[in-house]
Amino acid sequence: MRANFIFSEVWIGLRRNLTMTIAVIVTVAVGMALLGIGLMINSQVSSMTSFWSDKVELSVYLCKENSPFEACTDKKGISEEQKVALEDVIKGMPQVEGVTFEDSAKALENFMNNDSNNVFASFLKVEDMPESFRVKLSDPAQAAAVTEELSGQAGVSNIINERQLLDSYFGFMDKLQWMALSVAFAMVFAATLLIGNTVRLSAYNRRRETGIMRLVGASNVYIQLPFVLEGVIAGLIGGVLAAVMLITCKILIFDGIQTFLPEALGWNTVAGIISGTMAIGVIICILASFITLRRYLRV
Amino acid sequence: MIHFDNVTKVYVNQNRPALDHISVDVDKGEFVFLVGPSGSGKSTFLRLVLKEERPNSGAIHVAGKDLAKLSNFKVPHLRRRIGCVFQDFRLLPNKNVYENVAFALEVIGKPRRFIRKVVPEVIELVGLEGKAHRMPDELSGGEQQRVAMARAFVNRPMILLADEPTGNIDPATSIGIMKVLDRINRTGTTVLMATHDAAIVDSMRKRVVELEDGKIVRDQSRGVYGQAY
Repeated sequence: MRANFIFSEVWIGLRRNLTMTIAVIVTVAVGMALLGIGLMINSQVSSMTSFWSDKVELSVYLCKENSPFEACTDKKGISEEQKVALEDVIKGMPQVEGVTFEDSAKALENFMNNDSNNVFASFLKVEDMPESFRVKLSDPAQAAAVTEELSGQAGVSNIINERQLLDSYFGFMDKLQWMALSVAFAMVFAATLLIGNTVRLSAYNRRRETGIMRLVGASNVYIQLPFVLEGVIAGLIGGVLAAVMLITCKILIFDGIQTFLPEALGWNTVAGIISGTMAIGVIICILASFITLRRYLRV
Repeated sequence: MIHFDNVTKVYVNQNRPALDHISVDVDKGEFVFLVGPSGSGKSTFLRLVLKEERPNSGAIHVAGKDLAKLSNFKVPHLRRRIGCVFQDFRLLPNKNVYENVAFALEVIGKPRRFIRKVVPEVIELVGLEGKAHRMPDELSGGEQQRVAMARAFVNRPMILLADEPTGNIDPATSIGIMKVLDRINRTGTTVLMATHDAAIVDSMRKRVVELEDGKIVRDQSRGVYGQAY
């Protein structure tokens, strides 16, 4: 095996086919970057799902004086006796693991802490905030039944299942992920065809050389390796570009929205995703080259 | 060296066989002319020897190997023992004489020291000394065919196949080409040459196998091209 001979053949092939090589590199880069972004969203969503599933609660808000909610019919707000009775009802339910009471002052404090740039801070007063029971369920799936039972109780203004709020957010992330993955799939498909075409052109350009190689008894590996390597090199360059895009994406987008998210997307995960997409890119290139060579380079 | 036993080859979508129950024996060191009109099966014969085509029936042995039992994986090794020369030379236009000859050794992974040693020897054998750094388009047709012969012979094959090597060359130059082929034959290499060139066949006085419509119509040692031409 003469490495310098093979590599000079590879170099000639890449140079002669420059436009096709660039097309392959760009397609692989974009396809792999989208695949990586899909995987990054996926890992972000799953880490956040596990983070939140421990914390989700039902918030049972209580009527205050002049509450606009329909449930608060008498416009007087909940009385202390009703409050105690409601707490007993909640505690008596089998699905409930625990319950805490959040008064208006605590609600305001939590609100201020949660929202970093708060335009309401200047005019919000303790009295504006609702009181609530925070109900922790033993099984989040029971939320609907508990909600239905509690919403009929006197003095309850409304019940918010935090899970539902998160679900719409997760649903958005999910769609984003599937969009990225399906575009990535289309790009990978296009990349496969492009690599096939590039190898075919390359084989056609060098049919004289390969014909002579066949005649003088060069082994199949010797004849095919330069073409496969061309695909691999284009795939690798595409993979490196994809890695750059993914790192940029992590810094600009994922780190940018980090302030709103409880769980950061770690560099370890990003490194794993980058090496994974690179491997996929190179493997696709090798497969596409081999399959095309089988058809266009009879040995 | 080459042994055809009742070989028939029919190309796909053709009714008439290209070769029809052919049996030939070519011994080591022989010089054989394969003559006959176009379409008589000469090229098919050569392609079968190289295992570029497979016969429909019959057995072919080349250099002691049964081609039917030779796996595709081993075909390159068979071809390393067979040199080939063609009417259209098939040189690489972007490589000079030396590089064209060296290419045949490079692609079968020979070490560079070996290549540096044997390539100039072969270039001298075919009579191109001093022209090693010329490009193919700076050479005459005869000289280009000498380069092709150097390339075919540089790995010291046991068999040299020549498919109308003088087809593109004028008669005077052809004599030089035949001298080189004769020189190669004298080193012990079996030479099998397909040709139309009656004058050459008549002057060489070697064994002649004549094909017509895929059948052998004549097999003469020390023959001539034939009365009909």
